[in-house]
Amino acid sequence: MKFLKIFIIILLFTGFSQLRSDEKNNELKNKILKNIRCLICQGQSVYDSESDFAASIKLIVDRKINEGMKEESIYEFLRDKYGDWIIYDPKISKNTYVLWLLPLLLFFAGGAIILKKTNLKK
Amino acid sequence: MFANQIGYYSLILGLLLSFLLCVVSIKDFKNSSKYINQNILFLSFLQLTLVIVSFLSLIWSFIKSDFSNETVFNNSHTTKPLFYKISGTWGNHEGSLLLWLLVLTLFIFIFLIKSREQPKKYKILTLLFQQIIIIGFFLFVLMTSNPFNYLFPIPTEGLGLNPILQDPALAIHPPILYLGYVGTSIIFSSSLAAVTQNYVSKEWGQHIKKWVLISWIFLTIGIMLGSIWAYYELGWGGFWFWDPVENVSLMPWLTLTALLHCIVVLERRASLTSWVVILSITTFTLSMCGTFLVRSGILNSVHTFANDPARGIFILIFLFILIVLSLGVFFLFHKENNKNLNNFFWLSKETSILINNWFMMYFLSVVLIGTVYPIFLDVISGHKISVGPPFYQKLIVPFLVPFLLFMSLGPRLKWIKSKIENKKTIIITFIISVMLTFFIIKNLTTDLLFYTVLVSAAFFLFFTTLKEFFVKRFNNISQTVAHFGFSLLILSILFNNFLSSEIITNIKIGEKYSYNKGEIFFKKIEERKESNFNSIIAYFEIKDGNGKTVELKPEIRIYNQPIIITSEADIKTTLLEDKFLVMNLVKGNEYFNIRYQIKPFMVWIWISVLLLSLGGLMNLFKRRYEKEV
Amino acid sequence: MKKKFNLFIIIIFLSFSFVIFYKGLNNSNTYTPQIIDKKNIPIFKAKDFNSSAYVDSEKIFKEDIFYVVNIWASWCVPCRIEHPLLMELSKIQSLKLIGFNYRDNQINAKNFIIEFGNPYSKILIDNDGILAIEFGAYGVPETFVIDKNKKIIRKFVGPLNQEIVDEIKLIVK
Repeated sequence: MKFLKIFIIILLFTGFSQLRSDEKNNELKNKILKNIRCLICQGQSVYDSESDFAASIKLIVDRKINEGMKEESIYEFLRDKYGDWIIYDPKISKNTYVLWLLPLLLFFAGGAIILKKTNLKK
Repeated sequence: MFANQIGYYSLILGLLLSFLLCVVSIKDFKNSSKYINQNILFLSFLQLTLVIVSFLSLIWSFIKSDFSNETVFNNSHTTKPLFYKISGTWGNHEGSLLLWLLVLTLFIFIFLIKSREQPKKYKILTLLFQQIIIIGFFLFVLMTSNPFNYLFPIPTEGLGLNPILQDPALAIHPPILYLGYVGTSIIFSSSLAAVTQNYVSKEWGQHIKKWVLISWIFLTIGIMLGSIWAYYELGWGGFWFWDPVENVSLMPWLTLTALLHCIVVLERRASLTSWVVILSITTFTLSMCGTFLVRSGILNSVHTFANDPARGIFILIFLFILIVLSLGVFFLFHKENNKNLNNFFWLSKETSILINNWFMMYFLSVVLIGTVYPIFLDVISGHKISVGPPFYQKLIVPFLVPFLLFMSLGPRLKWIKSKIENKKTIIITFIISVMLTFFIIKNLTTDLLFYTVLVSAAFFLFFTTLKEFFVKRFNNISQTVAHFGFSLLILSILFNNFLSSEIITNIKIGEKYSYNKGEIFFKKIEERKESNFNSIIAYFEIKDGNGKTVELKPEIRIYNQPIIITSEADIKTTLLEDKFLVMNLVKGNEYFNIRYQIKPFMVWIWISVLLLSLGGLMNLFKRRYEKEV
Repeated sequence: MKKKFNLFIIIIFLSFSFVIFYKGLNNSNTYTPQIIDKKNIPIFKAKDFNSSAYVDSEKIFKEDIFYVVNIWASWCVPCRIEHPLLMELSKIQSLKLIGFNYRDNQINAKNFIIEFGNPYSKILIDNDGILAIEFGAYGVPETFVIDKNKKIIRKFVGPLNQEIVDEIKLIVK
């Protein structure tokens, strides 16, 4: 019974590599574009936006990837021009320690409370 | 014309009725009769009717394109199709508040008639707490957001509705979402009532559970509808953007899910009472907080309603009054349960539900902190940052692994004290999950270790719940269905992510573009005129790797009022994959820019959410069956 | 005792949140990038509008005076409104105006200049908007003031008005 299930699932996964080759560069580019906010349509990422600004950014990101610039450096470049706001992934800096650490602190606090409340013997 | 008057005065009468209801209820509370005064039910029904009348008057004004009404003027146009004239009623700030009032008054009325066996004082207090909320909203509408303002001289034409809102999914998304979202108000009110009456017990748990389920089901489906709409309307095939408005609907869902599980413990074992009350308060508070965040203009988002800080101040104060009131009631009246009942054996169903709470609260804190932190930082330091998808993904996805594992093992545990039975089967299932995962994804991703762990955990839950269908059969089937749906959801999202691919290119009419295994042929374009837009429809024939051809017809629409150009994607959906094609004009060119995406298993994401809701629905009816037996 | 302590913490936290949200309401929710520290002008190569030859940024900004960079286009309506003020600025000896013609058609741009006058000592072509981004602009019109140390010291988003022009005059005195 189990083996039948597995066999069917494996069958389903063949044949899905149609567009996969020469995608690596594109993947990186799209990943970066999705991480940049559009300044004109401020609720969208550059990837989603069709504005002039977004078009220019797409060109610049393309060029910088081809020049070999690393992902983090591209973000630094844009932050330098437009401020931290333009990148969706908040940089870990003194401004964002609380942002990144508070949820984790709460998680561990929660775990401690549960350990206290449960007994190892009845 | 008349509709304006009727609508407005119905609201005034509704507000006065609230005060009357409070007076009558307090009197009835004090008298010693065991049964609630029937007048109260009548008055509640009357209040509901008045709100319905007001709501219908607004709909009528929209249908008649009565531009003497300011709301209709701002949000409608004579050439809009009838369906969207109607749905435009609740697609704006003022109209959606009428929807709030409708659900608030509807739910309290149904609560009163469906709770005949419940203690009288508890029912009255629930009504009173709910009336506080209702009064608040009546005041909010009448003082800051009146849908029945007059415009003079009467304009001949309206400003129209944003075309991306003219869509069937978006038309029903608010009513369904609100039934869930606003429905949590009844849980809030009844919990506070129960606390004051020291009635947070097994019986109360059994009674309130159906309300929690109803809210939860509607909220789940409401969120899904919003995502479906975003998927085919907002452009490039995404369905969740961690946008503030989306987060704001997700947060009450997380607490409501935790609450649902706590109620299960409450009705069986009479413990976790504090959790139940606090979660009930928190869920509705988050709904109100969400209303504040998206209607006050404090946040930057594509989805927000019109910005108005004055309205924001009202909601902010109202929200804090509710929080102070509810916390006050909790601290004053809540009695700590018998200490022993709250110390659980580590390997038990109670503990696994506590663990569920732990994870849900963690996910909630991530979403909440991510959404409001930029506001705090801006006010304190003036520094502006963005918190977007990468933040949420980095903090949530890794924690899904233990969460999925706990979810697989938890339901197997017994109450009070349990041992893990069938250890061999569990280990075998686990090994199969890991091996299957590794074999499938080794060519799909570079982050092999991490994704192997994550996908294995999802498969483990998948196989575990699948097995439970055969082993447990109809015993607790609602739980099995819901958990299975969740595993399917995670698997669909992950595999959709791995296997999706996209081509972006510029193409001319008559041109063929070859890609890896197939070909895109731009056949022709046609023009079409509708009542409120002109469109250019492009016909594409796409041949895939297996030689099959599909026709896709993306559109570019030019709406007349307001003048907006939109791109409408064409999507061909099958169980196996979605083919998604969207097209844009390239400035000053005969070329069109197209984005073609192949998205495997997309429809399974929606199916799995439906399975989740189905699980909830099955539990709702199971209660009824169990009662009759 | 523990209950009271919890209550106290919650009250503090709620009051704090209330104040923050209240103040947050008055802040604008759209983002406009501000100049925080004075940055050097970027190094770039661009095409000259008239000669169509490529020029180095160092050669453009070589003199020991103030430069005012203005991003404009013939299709941009606010640019027409601010144009007379640019003509006014061009008469000042202590500054030179450099224009970036943004995503424009050369013929339309030439006609624009002929019709409204040319305040720029040099115009550069920026068809793909990359030059604008190098300077941290995101739309049109935008204007930058560059001091003698070749640092960008002021930025104005949107069309110029008399106030801004007076401020620029004070800076370049």
